[in-house]
Amino acid sequence: MDLVIARPEGLYCPAGDFYIDPWRPVERSVITHAHGDHARTGNTHYLAAAPGEGILRSRLGQDINLQTLPYGERLVHHGVTLSFHPAGHVLGSAQVRLEYQGEVWVASGDYKVEPDGTCAPFEPVRCHTFITESTFGLPIYRWQPQAQIFAGINEWWRGNIANGKASVLFCYSFGKAQRILHGIDASIGPILSHGAVEPLNRVYRDAGIYIPETLYAGDFKKNDPLLRQALIIAPPSAGGSTWIRRFGDYSDAFASGWMRLRGTRRRRGVDRGFVLSDHADWPGLLWAIEQTGAERVMVTHGSVGVLVRHLREKGLDAQGFTTEYGDDEEEVTA
Amino acid sequence: MKAFAELYANLDATTSSNAKLAALQGYFRQAPPADAAWAVYFLSGGRPRQLVPTRLLRDMATEASGIEPWLFEESYQSVGDLAETISLLLPESTYTSEDGLAVWLEEKLLPLRGLPPTELAERLPALWAQLDQPSLMLCIKLITGSFRVGVSKLLVTRALAAMAELDSKRVAQRLVGYTDLSNRPTAEGYLKLIAAESSDEHAQRGGQPYPFFLAHGLAQPVEQFDALLGSPADWQVEWKWDGIRAQVVKREGRLWVWSRGEELVTERFPELHALVSGLPDGTVIDGEIVVWKDAVQPFALLQQRIGRKTLSKKVLEDAPVAVLAYDLLEHQGDDWRNHSQAERRAQLEQVIAQCNQPVLLPSPLLTGRTWQDLARQREDSRKLGVEGMMLKARDGLYGVGRTKDMGVWWKWKVDPFSVDAVLIYAQRGHGRRASLYSDYTFAVWDGPPGSERTLVPFAKAYSGLTDEEMRKVDAIVRKTTVEKFGPVSSVTPSMVFELGFEGIALSKRHKSGIAVRFPRMLRWRQDKHVEDADNLGTLQDLLS
Repeated sequence: MDLVIARPEGLYCPAGDFYIDPWRPVERSVITHAHGDHARTGNTHYLAAAPGEGILRSRLGQDINLQTLPYGERLVHHGVTLSFHPAGHVLGSAQVRLEYQGEVWVASGDYKVEPDGTCAPFEPVRCHTFITESTFGLPIYRWQPQAQIFAGINEWWRGNIANGKASVLFCYSFGKAQRILHGIDASIGPILSHGAVEPLNRVYRDAGIYIPETLYAGDFKKNDPLLRQALIIAPPSAGGSTWIRRFGDYSDAFASGWMRLRGTRRRRGVDRGFVLSDHADWPGLLWAIEQTGAERVMVTHGSVGVLVRHLREKGLDAQGFTTEYGDDEEEVTA
Repeated sequence: MKAFAELYANLDATTSSNAKLAALQGYFRQAPPADAAWAVYFLSGGRPRQLVPTRLLRDMATEASGIEPWLFEESYQSVGDLAETISLLLPESTYTSEDGLAVWLEEKLLPLRGLPPTELAERLPALWAQLDQPSLMLCIKLITGSFRVGVSKLLVTRALAAMAELDSKRVAQRLVGYTDLSNRPTAEGYLKLIAAESSDEHAQRGGQPYPFFLAHGLAQPVEQFDALLGSPADWQVEWKWDGIRAQVVKREGRLWVWSRGEELVTERFPELHALVSGLPDGTVIDGEIVVWKDAVQPFALLQQRIGRKTLSKKVLEDAPVAVLAYDLLEHQGDDWRNHSQAERRAQLEQVIAQCNQPVLLPSPLLTGRTWQDLARQREDSRKLGVEGMMLKARDGLYGVGRTKDMGVWWKWKVDPFSVDAVLIYAQRGHGRRASLYSDYTFAVWDGPPGSERTLVPFAKAYSGLTDEEMRKVDAIVRKTTVEKFGPVSSVTPSMVFELGFEGIALSKRHKSGIAVRFPRMLRWRQDKHVEDADNLGTLQDLLS
């Protein structure tokens, strides 16, 4: 019996009568993480991992009907044993483990296998059936260790200061921004953040995660000499807006896994592309799948066809799940 | 190799000409002459013949990457660039070769040509293992002859001139023919490019042509011409011919014919050899090679002829060429480019008259009292088989490339043909458009509205949309895909575009029976339903 099936409203657990990351309003929802395409408003009940509470409430409203559960703790609902396990994607992100009559399924939401210090690292969970994402499901996607990427950002920032330019770094405002802030060398210069980023910094700080001091970018005038030294963290949607003009002469960069390709880098039209993703790369996906020991794999959003075929050739029972999850690396809503 | 890869990355990362110029100068300042010689060659469009067949290269890269061929194919479809795909799939190298560009080319890459597959299978992976990802991508681009980067030859010329403190026109002159296949870049050759001026330089030019002067498009309405251009009397007006731009060089008793791509094409046009006896030494003529039978013939005929390796008697009879001469760049051994357009024209007419060969004709001058008058004459363009008019300032000098400081040439082209067509297939693009559905096949109906009819494909186009529009089309393609054939997706017809094209001809090779030239998207007709698109009848009417 399938513990999770795809329904028009979202991934559904028939035995427990609840949905995982539904994209249409439902009675009971289990949320893997707070990115907009996974956590939506309008559900009657929410259940999420405890470390995600702050973010969820700040995004969906303080008054949502939210119940939380620490990582690893079990809850039984209609005979289905449910528990959350770290997915390493963003603060509070979780894989959902479901057990029913001896059958174990894990829905991973989005995940990343490299630990980054801003959220609990990905933890492989043994299961019979694993539901995996496939955002970067092609062998061309292989990440460099993040230390190298942060070194590159530091170097770019220092170079801009030497040239009297502001440094504008575009990235997704929830997760990626905090990961960058956590990883870069804050002693290089002042750090400014966009209005979409700042509230999330606060939530991370409240959760005890080190985020260096950030100033609110909106407080600065165009001629402020401090801007020539500053690193400005902003969502991609701020690019090309009037907001960006206040920084005068600036160099811009974009941090995303998609920057791995020259074509997307050029299309983005920024000076630099930093290949930094909160999703697993190809080797990461394959490693994670192998670690679960699952014989059956359901593949969601991304390169579904490619990953399914590859897993089948390796002897696994793989199939695609149609979902409406988006691409948070490109970000539309901050 | 590493320094050139860095230059490539820098050039690729910016759209600013100044930044590119600075990057080029930075590179040339530090590069050893032997490496710089090759860099100039590639940057100004030089391309050695392919060193390893693409098929073999793919197979070996797939093997070395340890993935299934289908997965390589999927990756390639997503990246849209073979060299980049390979560089992203091969195991990452921890070691980077310190050898320069010249050593890489002369000792490692050029010797690969013609080697048996077994030998290549041994050598290539060993070479790949010496390069980091950016250098590896570049190396493969050099192997496949697909090196391209957004710099114009003019920019390379300016960078070299600034570094050597020379007039950039002098450098441009020295660069002519530098990328011809017969020329092998050497340190010596590079040092000549940037050497101080010498007095006998003009005398030693051999068969060298001059850098071509290029025209700018003129798209303003004719009502603005008086304000923009002044009186028509100040302009030399000619038809804009649809042929091959060429320079005919006669020196030292020999004749050379150069195409605009600075490729030597003398052997392709044997009928022009008659000019050896007609033109005096020290003559260079700029003009258009066309197929001529008392009148200009469609470009399609010339194109068929260019494609042939050997020119049979029949081809020469069916498609005889002539030069429609419009400028004189050298006369009696002297560089005439600093004479005015009017003076050059007058002298050109004399040279043509004295030559008296039917393969050398003057491009006729057109006259009109007013711009409106000329605009009326221009309406005959299609009937006459020309693309519109050329306007050349009578007091202008002959410039270098697409410059405007010496004089100016305008091309005043007729509006393209246009029809409303339906997008039925889409394919993912390359380079900047990799993984976006950006190349489309368009169809028109095979019958009038109301009849039982189907859509017949007749043209492919991939230019004309903004990035924003393309992203929207891409999203619709993904949502409405019916079937996939490799990289091509067929879609449920829903999008109508106004398609523009320059020429239209009957064709046996196309299902629709029609072939169009330079098709591109003029507008996305979001206001139109697929039923409103044009039908084959519209296209057939354009044929007559």
